[in-house]
Amino acid sequence: MAQFRQCPDTGLFFHKEAENLMKANAVAGVVCLLIAGILALLVVLTRWPAVHLLPADTFYMVLTAHGVCALIFWMIFFEMAILYFAGSTLLRSRLATPRWAWAGFVMMIIGAVMTLAAIFGGKSSVMMTSYVPMRAEPSFYLGLVIFAVGALIGCFVYLGTLVVAKNEKTYEGSVPLVTFGATVACIIAIFTIASGAEILIPTYLWSIGYISHIDPAMYRVIWWALGHSSQQINVAAHVAVWYLIAGVIFGARPMSEKVSRAAYLLYIFFLQLASAHHLMTDPGISSEWKVFNTSYAMYLAVLASMIHGLTVPGAVEVAQRKKGLTNGAFEWLRKAPWDNPVVSSMWISLVGFGFLGGISGVVMGTEQISIIIHNTIYVPGHFHATVVIGTTIAWMGLTYLLIPVLFRRKMIFPQAAKLQPYIFGLGMSLVAVFHMAAGTLGVARRHWDMGFAGNPLGFEYPATAYLLMGIAGIGGVIGVIGGAMFCVITVGSLVFGEKLQKEAGLLQSFGVPMADSAYTNEKPERLPMAPAEAVEANHGEAGFEAPGTFILAMVLLVSFVIYYFINWKYLSEVWGLS
Amino acid sequence: MTSFMPPAQKNWWAVPVGRQELVWIAIALVWCLIMFFMMPFWHMYGDQNISNEGYRVTPVKYQAKVNEMIEKYKVREVGAMKIPVVAPPDGGDVYLMARLWQWYPMLELKKDVTYRLHLTSIDWNHGFSLQPVNINLQVVPGYEFVLNITPNKAGEYTIVCNEYCGIMHHTMLGKIWVKE
Repeated sequence: MAQFRQCPDTGLFFHKEAENLMKANAVAGVVCLLIAGILALLVVLTRWPAVHLLPADTFYMVLTAHGVCALIFWMIFFEMAILYFAGSTLLRSRLATPRWAWAGFVMMIIGAVMTLAAIFGGKSSVMMTSYVPMRAEPSFYLGLVIFAVGALIGCFVYLGTLVVAKNEKTYEGSVPLVTFGATVACIIAIFTIASGAEILIPTYLWSIGYISHIDPAMYRVIWWALGHSSQQINVAAHVAVWYLIAGVIFGARPMSEKVSRAAYLLYIFFLQLASAHHLMTDPGISSEWKVFNTSYAMYLAVLASMIHGLTVPGAVEVAQRKKGLTNGAFEWLRKAPWDNPVVSSMWISLVGFGFLGGISGVVMGTEQISIIIHNTIYVPGHFHATVVIGTTIAWMGLTYLLIPVLFRRKMIFPQAAKLQPYIFGLGMSLVAVFHMAAGTLGVARRHWDMGFAGNPLGFEYPATAYLLMGIAGIGGVIGVIGGAMFCVITVGSLVFGEKLQKEAGLLQSFGVPMADSAYTNEKPERLPMAPAEAVEANHGEAGFEAPGTFILAMVLLVSFVIYYFINWKYLSEVWGLS
Repeated sequence: MTSFMPPAQKNWWAVPVGRQELVWIAIALVWCLIMFFMMPFWHMYGDQNISNEGYRVTPVKYQAKVNEMIEKYKVREVGAMKIPVVAPPDGGDVYLMARLWQWYPMLELKKDVTYRLHLTSIDWNHGFSLQPVNINLQVVPGYEFVLNITPNKAGEYTIVCNEYCGIMHHTMLGKIWVKE
């Protein structure tokens, strides 16, 4: 019999099994984030030319571990928690086959430990991408495969939960937008994991000698169907988190369900073409293939992100204007609760993802412009804007939202929590912007020494490049401080935070079920449709419901256009290539 | 309220879309199409495009071609390692080889002359990163990349390796001199 409790503050219903799984996955995710953060500090202090902390072999080992831990483990563990939340909690449904979900979780833990052990053994410093024919320990690949299978089980448990909810009629009408977005993330995840299996299983067999040869170009094509698509899971999931936070904090309703959902559909159809972004300057692949795929088929997936970029803040603006914040274009924004870390996280994530990550990503993913950017440190600059400022900060915001709800604990250090998103956002913005700037001067990524110590030929990057890498180093340290604050606040709240429910203890924070009394066997009431909107005076201007948002969107577009053509200008000055 | 609740209308897909969203979608779509067509446009009218010419190749065959070129066109040697410098004929084929941890041989080219640059690796992936112009190409073992290159400025250029290739990756440099 499925047991539920209702959160007295939010009214959300938690299925006991699903709740424990969410806690376990979220805690595992934060542990991975903590490890990734410590490794990030070592990486950034080595790439800061004036510090140059680690020796070369340790640097490459640490960089490999940082990439795997941050981009794969932290992201996917947290995504599992989001899937169970969106499937079970939001739909008021029991989770399908919790035992399978636990089996998946255990596999993910085993896989993660195995891969990290292989890396820290020192013989698998192959970077996250592990391009063949460079060879890692077999357990490096096997760990990733086991982790991926575990995640795949989680995806199917989520899909099963949708079926259960539908059959048991736990909700009226259509699934909520947030659940719709999570489903999109789940579908992209299944595609991603299938691609990963397609390349990592043969590579594992190659590493133990069962297959004699893996084609290096083919490896890159299929690996990136894993590598880039996995970032698209993050995009779909963090956009869902934006909608969730906008709904919970501001009471915002989507401007149009149809537009938002159609934009999500575009993600499913086109985002997974992104493998091409990494292969623009590869031999053996035709320009037609590159152009079609890198543009996600005429940029329809970029269109989807630009739509969400308007509809998320637009929904907030409409809700704020209804509350009477109608002066000028931006009163609604000025008077948002900026000291609420959930809100500031959402905005930093949204703006950073759009302006820094989004624009740079599309520009560098242009077939020809990639020539002046490929494999420079511009690339890590770009993806720290998307994955750290975009996804990680969104999930930090979600964590702040859920600690009282899911773990029934009061946050400790509320003042520090208010500052944390700003500190982390500032640090990571410096990392992103100054790495991108150094990349335009040619500084290589995944490179231990920009001074090329030990080479008699002699070459020096311009002095400006050293300065830029130094500033990026300072930004990295600020970012790590912000990340450490997050870990201290969240883990501290789980352990020392005031209990919001007397019977909950320390062990409950880590997934041990609470005394059964908090749960009942009673099925939650059916989730009703949202109340119909009362007809009200239109607060916008000129038929535009959210004029302030429209202005911001145009600022984004103008920056986008200018930056795009500046890069074509740079490109036109280099040697002729054909 | 509704982002985490079912939509207020059962037939939410029939609810008309507001003007603001329609305008934005139209603008964004036009911009997306412009960005898309810039790529084929540049293929037709731009001077910097990635070639589609590539062949499968084995290290032995490629090394033979490199050695043949060095024998014919070597002009001098550089450094304690005596790395040959090759000045290929105008418009000729240039064979550049990436290996752990060296670009081999070095090249002496002329400004505004077009060469057929052949590029491959005989071991792992490497990254051809020409500085300070910042031209970056992926060098994949087993594939011979052929590009027409036209240096547009005289000077000394350095090839940095920008694809991680092991412990001495940071020492992997090559040189190209471009003469007037």
